[in-house]
Amino acid sequence: MGNGTSIGKVRGLGSAHSGSHHWLMQRFTAIGILLLGLFFLAAFLQMPNFDYKTVHDWIVKPLPATAAALFVICAFWHARLGLQVLVEDYVHEHANKFAVVALLNLAAVGGAAFGLFAIIRLALGA
Amino acid sequence: MAGATNRPLSPHLQVWKWGPAMLVSILHRVSGDGMALVGLPVLLYWLASLVGGAESYAAFSAHATAWYGRVVLIGLSWAFFNHMCSGLRHFVLDIGAGYELTRNAFWSVLTPLIALALTVLFWAAILLR
Repeated sequence: MGNGTSIGKVRGLGSAHSGSHHWLMQRFTAIGILLLGLFFLAAFLQMPNFDYKTVHDWIVKPLPATAAALFVICAFWHARLGLQVLVEDYVHEHANKFAVVALLNLAAVGGAAFGLFAIIRLALGA
Repeated sequence: MAGATNRPLSPHLQVWKWGPAMLVSILHRVSGDGMALVGLPVLLYWLASLVGGAESYAAFSAHATAWYGRVVLIGLSWAFFNHMCSGLRHFVLDIGAGYELTRNAFWSVLTPLIALALTVLFWAAILLR
């Protein structure tokens, strides 16, 4: 992890030795949310109403169901990264920070799994 | 923080004045973390109510169209548009553009205004159709 040369700094990713991956994944998931979010906005605006039949018959179709599943993955991933920054900014005590980030991981993975389960159940018509 | 408790803090915690870029930054965090903490549970409730069938979806709709549901949904749509606009601003800043003082202030003022306009347009389209 050299700090002497430019390539050493890149390999060592600076004094924190991490963060570039977090930064990049935040951008990649943001692009996913942007595209999928606009897809859902356009779809909602085109719906004649938000009755159960209208919404249900729409979301069980392959393209909306796939988009919804990808949206859940991107949104929970992005939220997990963003909330991690919030925790790192305001929770200073080391053990508390570890505990909160651990809880955050449970909530993010659990929430995403529940969302995906719901969409798969809808799409496969159970 | 590596366990140390006496690390130096930023100087001049009291000596600063408001600038538009600060407001955009704060709104970006508020809207993003607001969607993470409120929006994602609402998203899961919506999906779960669809799985539950017509009756459970009707219960969701009753909450969503009540005054408090409208407040939450309008707030979340504002958060989405605000976070989207300031996120796009971040993409521009990420490529190293838009740091000149006047240009930065210009887009910092415009970003939340565009988000507000998009929120109004979205609800106008939903409610007036």
